[in-house]
Amino acid sequence: MENLLIAAVFAPLLGALVAGLAGRRIGDIPSQAVTTALLFASCALSWVIFAQWTWGGLEPFTQQIAPFINVGRFQSDWALRLDGLSAVMLVVVTTVSSLVHLYSWGYMAEDDSRPRFFAYLSLFTFAMLMLVTAADFMQLFFGWEGVGLASYLLIGFWYKKPTASAAAIKAFVVNRVGDFGFALGIMTVFWMFGTIQFAELFPMIAAKAGTSWTFVGHEWSALDLAAILLFVGAMGKSAQFFLHTWLPDAMEGPTPVSALIHAATMVTAGVYMVCLLSPLFEYAPQAKQAVALIGAITALFAATVGLAQNDIKRVIAYSTCSQLGYMFFAAGVGAYQAAMFHLFTHAFFKALLFLGAGSVIHGMHHEQDMRRMGALWKLLPVTYAVMMIGTIAITGFGIPGLGGFAGFYSKDAIIEAAYAAGQANGVAYFAFVIGILAAGLTSFYSFRLAFMTFHGKAQWDTPHGHDAAHHHVPEDHASPPQIETHDEPLAAHDEHHHKPHESPWVMIAPLLVLAVGAIASGFLFHEQFIGEAQTEFWRGAIFTAPANHVLHDMHNVPTWVVWAPLPVSALGLAGAAFVYLFNQGMGARIAANGGPAWRFFYNKWFFDELYDFVFVKGAKAIGDLFWKVGDQKIIDGLGPDGVAKVSAAAGRGLGRIQSGYLYHYAFVMLLGVAGLLSYALWAWA
Amino acid sequence: MIGLPQYLGVAAMLFTIGVFGIFVNRKNVIVILMSIELILLAVNINLVAFSVFLHDVVGQIFAMFVLTVAAAEAAVGLAILVTFFRNRGDIAVDDASVMKG
Amino acid sequence: MSVQAVAFYLLALVSVASAGCVVAARNPVHSVLFLITTFFSAAGLFVLMGAEFLAMLLVVVYVGAVAVLFLFVVMMLNVDFSEFRKGFARYMPVGGLVAGVLLIEMIMVSSIVATRGAAARNDAPFVSGAGISNTEAIGRVLYTDYVYFFQAAGLVLLVAMIGAIVLTLRRRTGVRKQVIADQVGRTPATGMDIVQIKSGAGVPE
Repeated sequence: MENLLIAAVFAPLLGALVAGLAGRRIGDIPSQAVTTALLFASCALSWVIFAQWTWGGLEPFTQQIAPFINVGRFQSDWALRLDGLSAVMLVVVTTVSSLVHLYSWGYMAEDDSRPRFFAYLSLFTFAMLMLVTAADFMQLFFGWEGVGLASYLLIGFWYKKPTASAAAIKAFVVNRVGDFGFALGIMTVFWMFGTIQFAELFPMIAAKAGTSWTFVGHEWSALDLAAILLFVGAMGKSAQFFLHTWLPDAMEGPTPVSALIHAATMVTAGVYMVCLLSPLFEYAPQAKQAVALIGAITALFAATVGLAQNDIKRVIAYSTCSQLGYMFFAAGVGAYQAAMFHLFTHAFFKALLFLGAGSVIHGMHHEQDMRRMGALWKLLPVTYAVMMIGTIAITGFGIPGLGGFAGFYSKDAIIEAAYAAGQANGVAYFAFVIGILAAGLTSFYSFRLAFMTFHGKAQWDTPHGHDAAHHHVPEDHASPPQIETHDEPLAAHDEHHHKPHESPWVMIAPLLVLAVGAIASGFLFHEQFIGEAQTEFWRGAIFTAPANHVLHDMHNVPTWVVWAPLPVSALGLAGAAFVYLFNQGMGARIAANGGPAWRFFYNKWFFDELYDFVFVKGAKAIGDLFWKVGDQKIIDGLGPDGVAKVSAAAGRGLGRIQSGYLYHYAFVMLLGVAGLLSYALWAWA
Repeated sequence: MIGLPQYLGVAAMLFTIGVFGIFVNRKNVIVILMSIELILLAVNINLVAFSVFLHDVVGQIFAMFVLTVAAAEAAVGLAILVTFFRNRGDIAVDDASVMKG
Repeated sequence: MSVQAVAFYLLALVSVASAGCVVAARNPVHSVLFLITTFFSAAGLFVLMGAEFLAMLLVVVYVGAVAVLFLFVVMMLNVDFSEFRKGFARYMPVGGLVAGVLLIEMIMVSSIVATRGAAARNDAPFVSGAGISNTEAIGRVLYTDYVYFFQAAGLVLLVAMIGAIVLTLRRRTGVRKQVIADQVGRTPATGMDIVQIKSGAGVPE
């Protein structure tokens, strides 16, 4: 079993090396084949391990690979840890990744740099697997940074597009802010406990609960400080409120990248980390409150912004952000298992939505603006079907007591857990209310996307209407949908006379597999994750404090709480149908006359402008200050320039003494003599 | 009683007048040379006065050498003056500012 | 007041006054004449002190040679001295001040030296003892202890002479002179030219 784990984790690395280093020599198709095959192998092995874990009674273990750092008390080894959490993440990551690899055969078929793309995808998968199987903070951080790197490389894959490069840098820099907090958290943990190995660390935590710690002259609650710093890292990686600005711009990358990284795996690393560190968070109540609060705010914020976006990928990106908020506030109220369950189901239906959107984009010849779509359900039937499945899954449609799609189980579990915790905790109750509200908004924007894209009038078909739309609507995705790695740019607008077409089978097959997951993963696994079988399932991977009864209480909430999400989602559906299905043109009118509220949502609550003003302009102003004043005026002025000026001035001044007249010189000599004589007299007398 | 201070005083006055003459005159190079002669004369008076009052004849020997050198210097100085005049046409000191820094 | 004192004050006054006139005179010839007066009175002072050899030396060398040389040059240059007085007043205040300060200090030093220095130990001013004259006293020291310096002084004068000649010698071009050696060394080959001339043609130049 250990060897299976090693093989599963390192197979993608092998694929990345082959495609990355030898891709040009072996050609496009062989590179794709090698990487995809290795990844499917890794996926199969992961499912075997997962099955063994869930139904085969596998015990948790840690497999050492090689020593890494051994300095004083700081010990770190490369090791693969298998327990409930990593088993779940293994299947999530490898399944979605292998399906994305397969999908990319079709989506990136016309690209010039396919080996590089597939190498990056496999590299990312490897880094993510190292992250989820980490046995200490060092490897976790390695994986953390590795997925950040892969994200940068993949967002900026079409590096010739300036907006893509900018988006990649933005993602990396914002992540870096989070990583700074994360690194501080790791250092704090090491300083407090003397170890960064999870196995050694977790038993030591309870002893330090409630203690305080002096740092920079301030008394902090020790565990809260560590937990909050680590959570800052999670905020950056999972695009929570304040550090969310990179996620929408990350849609500059190809759609398979968005599906893999920004839906199912990388952004969930933050949730994974919080759940992994549940022993720490359970003893850090203020940190938990902070997590819940941030998560709830993010859920609401992203949902409101997603209402007003016109780029199909951005709507789904904000949807991801919102769902991550759900996961975080679930963890924040103590229901880590529910958070992991939602992570699991969300991976399926969000990847499905992204890949489906990719299918639409591919069929529309790389058109991403929903206002130019419409009436596609007949032309792209399979895509339509799976997108509807995904939409129903995300809105959590289901009848309590009977069943529903995946989202129903996981999202309702989170809402019930929030209510249960909210009986004693104000922040949790707030999170519960937000959860209900955001559910309604989720339903609205998800169905808005579906109706605008697939129903209604075909905006792409009328040349006149197309031109009108072309001139009047403002561009709201980052750049025109051009893909500049081709030698001649694609003229997307000229091709609107080509009808949109369904995607090839390499793209449809992953959609179908994910659709199955979106439908069934909730129903099949809810017992293990959050139900009766959870203790044997998790087997100590998630720790809950003795006072934490949330997971038990959530099954005993009042009936109205259980039934609340359903009417709210139905209301969202009705609203979306009213505006976008039955009254054509109403959506455009709302957008045009929306007023300040609509503009606020459309402009993402003006966060980018705020950050630009405060940080970008601020940093530039400081830089300018140091440059123009500090460097040029002060250092150069005192140094080379100043010395030169003073020398020249002194020379000029002294030069005036050399008048060329003899009698001036004689006079000066006389003055000298008189002076010396005076001095001699004074000294002598 | 005429003693050393008086002689030294006379010499001091001559010296001062000579120095004064060098830098106060603008238009006549010859006066500069004559002022130098005055300075040397003052020095000679000093030397002789001291030699007399210290009962040492060396002072007078030295004054003789000073005299010799003064004569030589006057000769060369006047030769230079003549060349100066030949090049310029007049002996105004004000124009001699070629060494201006 | 003894004769000596009267003589001293008179001579001193004359020398200082004529020195002032040297500097202040408008006409350079007057300046030279005043310079001569100064030299004469200084020579008188020397005689008063008992250094008669030096006094005569002063008269012969300074007055007889240097001052006359000055006079020659002044007259030779033939300058226009109407411009001379300009600029005099501009520097006089400052210059006068500095010079005055210098003078006062020198007098102070002189009095200190004279009253407390080595010279105060001797009250008798005369230099020559045991009946030898000043000249003989100088001669006794000059050609024995200081003979090298004496020769060097001679060299200095030689160099000055050469320098003066070098600076002022002008070779006039176009002056024909007899060069006897050339005349004597002429041969028929270099001295004569035989030319065939056609009648009525003339000599080509």
